[in-house]
Amino acid sequence: MSIGIAGTVVFWVLAVIAVLAGAAVFWVDSMARATYALAVSFVAVGIQVLLLGLSYIGVITVLMMIMEMAIMAVYMIMFMGMNPALMPMSMVHGKRTAVATATGLFLALTAGILLAPWPARSGDPVPDPTAALGEVLMGSKMLVMIVVSAVLLATVIAALVLALPRGRYDRFGDDLRRRPPTDPQPGGVGR
Amino acid sequence: MVDPAVPLTAVLVAAGLVVLTTVTAVVDAGLRDPAMRDRATGRSWVSRRAGAVLVPVVGTVRLLRQHRRTTVAADSLLWRVGVVGLPVVALLMAALVPVGPGTVADSSVGIVWFNALDVTVWALVWMAGWGPNSVFGLVGGYRFLAQGLAYELPLMFALTAPAVAAGSLRLADVVAAQDGLWFVVWMPVAFVVFCLAVAGFAVWGPLSHPAGVDIAGGVFAELSGVDRLLMLAGRYALLTAGAAIGVTLFMGGGSGPVLPQWLWLAVKTGLLSAALIGLGRRLPTLRADRFAEIGWLILLPATLLQVLVVAVVAARQGGG
Amino acid sequence: MTLQLVLVVAAALFSVGVYGALSQQVVVMVMMGLELMLNGVILAAVACYWFLTPTPTAQVVLLVVIAAMTVEMAMGFAVATLLHRSRNSDMTDMATDLRG
Repeated sequence: MSIGIAGTVVFWVLAVIAVLAGAAVFWVDSMARATYALAVSFVAVGIQVLLLGLSYIGVITVLMMIMEMAIMAVYMIMFMGMNPALMPMSMVHGKRTAVATATGLFLALTAGILLAPWPARSGDPVPDPTAALGEVLMGSKMLVMIVVSAVLLATVIAALVLALPRGRYDRFGDDLRRRPPTDPQPGGVGR
Repeated sequence: MVDPAVPLTAVLVAAGLVVLTTVTAVVDAGLRDPAMRDRATGRSWVSRRAGAVLVPVVGTVRLLRQHRRTTVAADSLLWRVGVVGLPVVALLMAALVPVGPGTVADSSVGIVWFNALDVTVWALVWMAGWGPNSVFGLVGGYRFLAQGLAYELPLMFALTAPAVAAGSLRLADVVAAQDGLWFVVWMPVAFVVFCLAVAGFAVWGPLSHPAGVDIAGGVFAELSGVDRLLMLAGRYALLTAGAAIGVTLFMGGGSGPVLPQWLWLAVKTGLLSAALIGLGRRLPTLRADRFAEIGWLILLPATLLQVLVVAVVAARQGGG
Repeated sequence: MTLQLVLVVAAALFSVGVYGALSQQVVVMVMMGLELMLNGVILAAVACYWFLTPTPTAQVVLLVVIAAMTVEMAMGFAVATLLHRSRNSDMTDMATDLRG
């Protein structure tokens, strides 16, 4: 099974876009542009995944990464407080060490990739990878699903505990048994 | 590799989207409450609203002629991307809809593609708010993301319900599985959440706080000329395309007795988008920070219960 | 299009991510570097799926990588929020309490 000449050309164009957009994250002049350059890089890799037949994983990558970049833009602006005007911003420390490490790492990885004895392909892809993925997740790899869901729940709880500045006393005042709460930030349900 | 009928279907789908978007805009103009003096002239309801057909045409011509203004130090790349992206996303959503025997983009994971497209709207509306370097747009963009977080997870689960009932993520399979009974009959919660999410990503009705009057139009505040036309048209087009996907997922797609499939699809989409316009005019705007609690405490458990019911029914019917 | 070429592209993405993670002062930019590294891992995992083992198990690896990325972002933002709230700063250099 192959992806054809057109598929190969599109794949390499997307590869170049992904690497250039990734590098652009660190030299554009605006926080929002940095975030969306990263989004472009992720979308390029997601479409490459799609091209190689994994339609579900590819579209999930595109979906999740665009959503994450939208939220990341919120945090970026919140912490750095810059306005949409384009200002040169480059806050780095140890730039030469970083460049040297990154270049050295790239050379080492390339050497490893080119010199490693890669095995031959074992079999052909199934015609419906989404259905195969679903069956394997509900079957032999159900432990992966269970562990990932427990980890994600723990992440949600941990992130909320770390990030929330309000506690019970902010909601109820001094007497924790009072109902309804005198919450200075009421929600929409009227709790 | 590419079906030769696809370009023709694509042109027809695009034309259909333009026509239905205009109908949506006409309905919206018609339902807009006329001034008190107009009501006092004693003309009938129909004759007062008859001028609504011209409103989109006049508005389009006026905006095309209007001089485009910009703001100081605006981030025009992101601004243009956000503004132009909305009609493009609406077109891509319309491309997913199975129109009669063919589909422009017949993907095996069509439902998830629709989900990815409505998440793209998040990024685009935020960019349209951020770009003009104006506080009104910025506040509108942030309100959009805040309420997006509240309705997105219920939407994802509401999209799972027809997929589980049909046993497939392809939109054509979902239409085929509604042969006997439309999904809206036994998945009402999922349908309501879906319609709310369409109102959300079209910045419409109860979820129009990002374009609120208290921030001078929010994300629409600094737009003028052809940018404003593109974004307003994109808003109506998203509403229409969302209604088309809703018809496909919940109201049987193009199925119907006598007329051809594309005509039934157009009629049903027109009715659903008119209903969304009417409800949007009736319901009050929910504040984005209050909507967060509504989304997480009411919509999400209800949607999860709905998916449980659907899964139990599907398991009994399918596996036995 | 061979396995080695695609893996070299993935290594390039990974290296750009390493540069970002090491050199940036702002916590959110460091996280962007980490995201780029995971982006490279995703591409490498897909290449291994296509060229070596086209089985559903390889797709499960991709799902785990995506889940790991989600967890990293969530915890990173939570810690950055906490840091900003307590010290009114978003620089990694201001959070070196555990050093030395």
